[in-house]
Amino acid sequence: MVRRILIREEYCMGCRLCEIFCITEHSKTKDIIKTFKGSEPKPISGIYFEEIDYISFAIQCRHCEDAPCVESCLTGAMYRDEKTGAVLHKKEKCIGCWMCVMVCPLGVIKIDLENKKVASKCDLCIESGFPACVKNCPNEAIILVNEKGERIEE
Amino acid sequence: MKNKRYIIVGNSIAGVSCIEGIRKIDKNGEICVFSDEEYFNYSRPLISYYLAGSLKENQLNFKDKQFYKSNKVKLFLNTKCEKIDFKRKILYTKSGNFEFDYLFLGTGGKPIIPKIKGIENVKEGIFTFMKLKDVKKLKKYIEKEKKVKNVTILGGGLIGLKCAEGLLGRNIPLVIVELADRLLPNTFDFIASEIIENKLKEKNCEIIKKNTIEKIISKDGILKEVILKDGKKIKTDILIIAVGVYPNTELIEGTEIEKNKGIIVDEFMRTNINFVFAGGDVCESKEFDNNRSVIAIWPRASRQGKIAGINMAGGEKKYEGMFLMNSVELIGIPTISFGITNPENEKEYEILKKIDYEKKIYKKIVIKENKIVGGIFLRDIERAGIIIGLTKNKVDVQVIKKSLINDKFGLLYLPENYRKHIVKGEGIEV
Ligand SMILES: Cc1cc2nc3c(=O)[nH]c(=O)nc-3n(C[C@H](O)[C@H](O)[C@H](O)COP(=O)(O)OP(=O)(O)OC[C@H]3O[C@@H](n4cnc5c(N)ncnc54)[C@H](O)[C@@H]3O)c2cc1C
Ligand code: SF4
Ligand code: SF4
Repeated sequence: MVRRILIREEYCMGCRLCEIFCITEHSKTKDIIKTFKGSEPKPISGIYFEEIDYISFAIQCRHCEDAPCVESCLTGAMYRDEKTGAVLHKKEKCIGCWMCVMVCPLGVIKIDLENKKVASKCDLCIESGFPACVKNCPNEAIILVNEKGERIEE
Repeated sequence: MKNKRYIIVGNSIAGVSCIEGIRKIDKNGEICVFSDEEYFNYSRPLISYYLAGSLKENQLNFKDKQFYKSNKVKLFLNTKCEKIDFKRKILYTKSGNFEFDYLFLGTGGKPIIPKIKGIENVKEGIFTFMKLKDVKKLKKYIEKEKKVKNVTILGGGLIGLKCAEGLLGRNIPLVIVELADRLLPNTFDFIASEIIENKLKEKNCEIIKKNTIEKIISKDGILKEVILKDGKKIKTDILIIAVGVYPNTELIEGTEIEKNKGIIVDEFMRTNINFVFAGGDVCESKEFDNNRSVIAIWPRASRQGKIAGINMAGGEKKYEGMFLMNSVELIGIPTISFGITNPENEKEYEILKKIDYEKKIYKKIVIKENKIVGGIFLRDIERAGIIIGLTKNKVDVQVIKKSLINDKFGLLYLPENYRKHIVKGEGIEV
């Protein structure tokens, strides 16, 4: 089923819990206390958090239709999962050519210059099935919707 | 209804994307793909990684065997397409003739070989850098002839630099000869080039600009020396020719298919014959600047191949044009550059710049009539895509100009309606 994360920036209060839960979800232990222990390299959140003064805003990959990052990827590392419609990234294939970074209009691909790999990109929590950021946003500033834009609850 | 028969010439990114386009619409049609290369699938830009030794041959593919299988594609490798009969819709290849209903031409580009004095006498030592076969030959030559001490690359554009990157990975001293006054002249400016040049020099790579090779000296067919326009002589064991590519239109030469530099297509990627389509480096299409041109980059070939496939299969999708953009990493400095970065008549443009020579960070954004038309990013590249998005969407940046090269620049600085537009995605209201 195709689903998207919707952002309601008016509701974002800048608590950055989405980032914390994203990192936890993508760590080995999935335990918020131990997240950084036993996970090498350290997990990085798939969320881009921005703030200017009191305005804040958290965004992750939009899993675009005709995703330019997928079209531009030189290796096939960036690909669309046909089942869920999510744009995913195979780290072992990635060579760090930054073609995807060049064409992503949201600039949400985080890069690891040292290891020449895309460091992190939202995967809609494919593994657990429900995005950790959505689940844990206390103010419902990020919600999950289906193709028609209808809200999906866990 | 009878299944449609599709033939795709060229098994690189344009051809492969055409398969994907067709299959979006038509799940049953017969697809035959022809390649005159012997490898089942490889990504052309990865040949420099192969040269450097950081990727092995079996890591160069961008699609796996399963892709061809699940899309029910018949792949003919090592099969050159020789002639097309457009009246009877038959393709002639060295392994037989094939009938088709729709044809896609994704034959890509060929390296330009300038007529340099003495080039015809050289049997050993001159290489091009386009195909896996070329690189295999080059690699073998370097590994066999342990005496390879110097390499000269003619051309400091994308392919020349990619080749340099590959050779530097092997610690071979290099000379790059470039006709323009800077490296990557199509999208770099003087400063960007200078920063990269200084780093390259530290790595035993000499750069000679505003110059070219006028004569090649060989002995018994073996390359010895090149002589530049200004008389300078360079002893060299290998010369790599990377001055550019031109559309490979060989297959349709002398036929009714219309061409200029490349095969001319409309916004549906259709040629002047309505069942024949083309895309990628072989084709000339209307681009972002409203002029028809050939922009030889991967994302364009990928987009065009897919659009052609959709239209061939009965869907409807238009190509909207692109501008030149490059992402090249050199000696550890990632760079992204695009569009017009060196306007001739500077007065008509506004130029924003930020330089940190120490950290090798450079940002430049070129604006005309409040719209971004080009830019350069060295090292600090993570959010360059936002700037490129603003360019593509012709967003008026008058009120956010100051923040564009700010270190913290991000989506929050964007005009609210544009931000909402890109954030919501198609079909979803915010
Ligand atoms: C070293 C190098 C590095 C590059 N790096 C980048 C980069 O970083 N980013 C970027 O955007 N672009 C890069 N490019 C450019 C990019 O590779 C091309 O734009 C892209 O490959 C074009 O794809 P295409 O499918 O149109 O054609 P091609 O990749 O040229 O493929 C055409 C295919 O058709 C086959 N063919 C031709 N004629 C026939 C025939 N008659 N019968 C059967 N088969 C035939 C050819 O053998 C070839 O396999 C690079 C290119 C090179 C050479
Ligand atoms: S990474 Fe960027 S371009 Fe790719 S799907 Fe996500 S938002 Fe779209
Ligand atoms: S950096 Fe990795 S994911 Fe991005 S385009 Fe290059 S290979 Fe693909």
